[in-house]
Amino acid sequence: MAVDVVTLDALAPARAATRPSFGTRLWGAAWPKLLAVAIFIGVWQLVVWSGWKSQAVIPSPFTVLDDMVHNIGALWGDAIVTLRRALIGFAVSIVVGGIIGIAVARVRVLRLAIGSMITGLQTMPSVAWYPLAIVLFQLTEGAILFVVVLGASPSIANGIIDGVDHVPPVLLRAGRVLGARGFASLRHIVIPAALPSVISGLKQGWAFAWRSLMAGELITLLPGHLGLGQALNQSSQLADYVGVYEAMIVIFIIGALVDAVFFGSVVRAVRKRYGLIDAAAT
Amino acid sequence: MTALTEIGEHPETQPSGAAVSIVAATKVFGHGPGAVVALDRVSLDVAPGEFVCLLGASGCGKSTLLNLVAGLDRPTAGSVSVRARRTGLMFQEAALFPWLTVRGNVELALKLAGAGRDERRRRTDALLAMVHLTDFAKKRPHELSGGMRQRVALARALAQDAEVLLMDEPFGALDAMTRDRLHDELETLWRDTHKTVIFVTHNVREAVRLGDRVVLLASRPGRVAEIFPVSIPRPRRIDSAEVATLAATITDRLRAEVPSGR
Repeated sequence: MAVDVVTLDALAPARAATRPSFGTRLWGAAWPKLLAVAIFIGVWQLVVWSGWKSQAVIPSPFTVLDDMVHNIGALWGDAIVTLRRALIGFAVSIVVGGIIGIAVARVRVLRLAIGSMITGLQTMPSVAWYPLAIVLFQLTEGAILFVVVLGASPSIANGIIDGVDHVPPVLLRAGRVLGARGFASLRHIVIPAALPSVISGLKQGWAFAWRSLMAGELITLLPGHLGLGQALNQSSQLADYVGVYEAMIVIFIIGALVDAVFFGSVVRAVRKRYGLIDAAAT
Repeated sequence: MTALTEIGEHPETQPSGAAVSIVAATKVFGHGPGAVVALDRVSLDVAPGEFVCLLGASGCGKSTLLNLVAGLDRPTAGSVSVRARRTGLMFQEAALFPWLTVRGNVELALKLAGAGRDERRRRTDALLAMVHLTDFAKKRPHELSGGMRQRVALARALAQDAEVLLMDEPFGALDAMTRDRLHDELETLWRDTHKTVIFVTHNVREAVRLGDRVVLLASRPGRVAEIFPVSIPRPRRIDSAEVATLAATITDRLRAEVPSGR
């Protein structure tokens, strides 16, 4: 019988086992979600069959899906208009939230003055800003942008402030011992240490931006520029209930895709790299 | 940087040759009735290339003293002078940067010390080889065991090319086997690099195993109780009879300093 020579390095974490193929991993991640969608559609169909509401109000999921396939061009156009607004709003929010976050994190007086207000702003329902936005910008893209930025930037700023506040003191000390002072400390220690929190702030900021945008599109009907929210509102007004469901499904799919697929994977990659989650568990 | 760094309000004349000279250093934290005297007139000279262990129970101001030597803090009275361009410092936690690989952690230390790209690459290779981590250069800190992390921290501290290396209970959180092996590696490195080492520990045997001298600190306030020269020939073993005998003597003295119930 062979005897393994155990060295101290054998106490080190074992190397990860060979990874399963991409297809296997994709299927492993996808089937529970597909099952959930199937169950949802099943329950929806059961409600329709129960006859609780007329089929004009709650149409069958298959009617909606069938109509969606025919309507895909129009929905796609609405989605593009909305996504453009979302991206512009989010980009402006990153600039505004970034400047405020860095300023508050670095300047003591600013922190005392507006630090707690930023968190307060976050709790403000974005719909509540629209009357003011319409007064200031009338029914224009500007009104929507204004509210999206107000909704998203506090989360982004908070992510930065939190990240800078919670840099482990031992890392700051280690940096100081190694000669990192002033800008070098910021660049080599503070910014990388704050990154996971900054990304969480961005993720939350996106969720707020998307919600604010939907509220805005529902309220401000801009002639000629139909987004998903406006399509939803219009369908509702015209009693086109199939259209209501379609718009809602597209809104959900885009929101979920960006949040779970894009931000989810970025957050996971960063946390894994930083050792904040067990690499073997993912 | 100047060859001699003077810290403190009353710099005393430097005894010729000492790498670190601590003269009647006192450190008080806080003011008024709530003030805590962490160090009370501590004096100690450390010769270049000497390995000195600071030993004491918790509350004896070991870490405070080390911070003074590292220049991270200033004494309330007395002086601390270090005849070195730089001092390297290692903590109980490895305090590695989790977003960098093993190699990146060592390279950052070189970068902050102003080394160019080629020099960084070359010296990182040498340092990683020195601490036996060449094969782990691309790993991140969370993928390493505790002992490996401390070896990276050691390589990072050595990367500063400091003449004086300060170690604050660096192996305190490691298991006995790993610690034993790191003692051997540290002794070899110290012998090869001729560095001055001040090593803080609360483990009596570890102090005797490593030090040329063991400085016993008394607690509350921290002060030098006694200094034990260690004449046991190197390389030493932590479980040898000589180490055990001297450790027993020091432990008795330590018990006398720290009344039971503390």
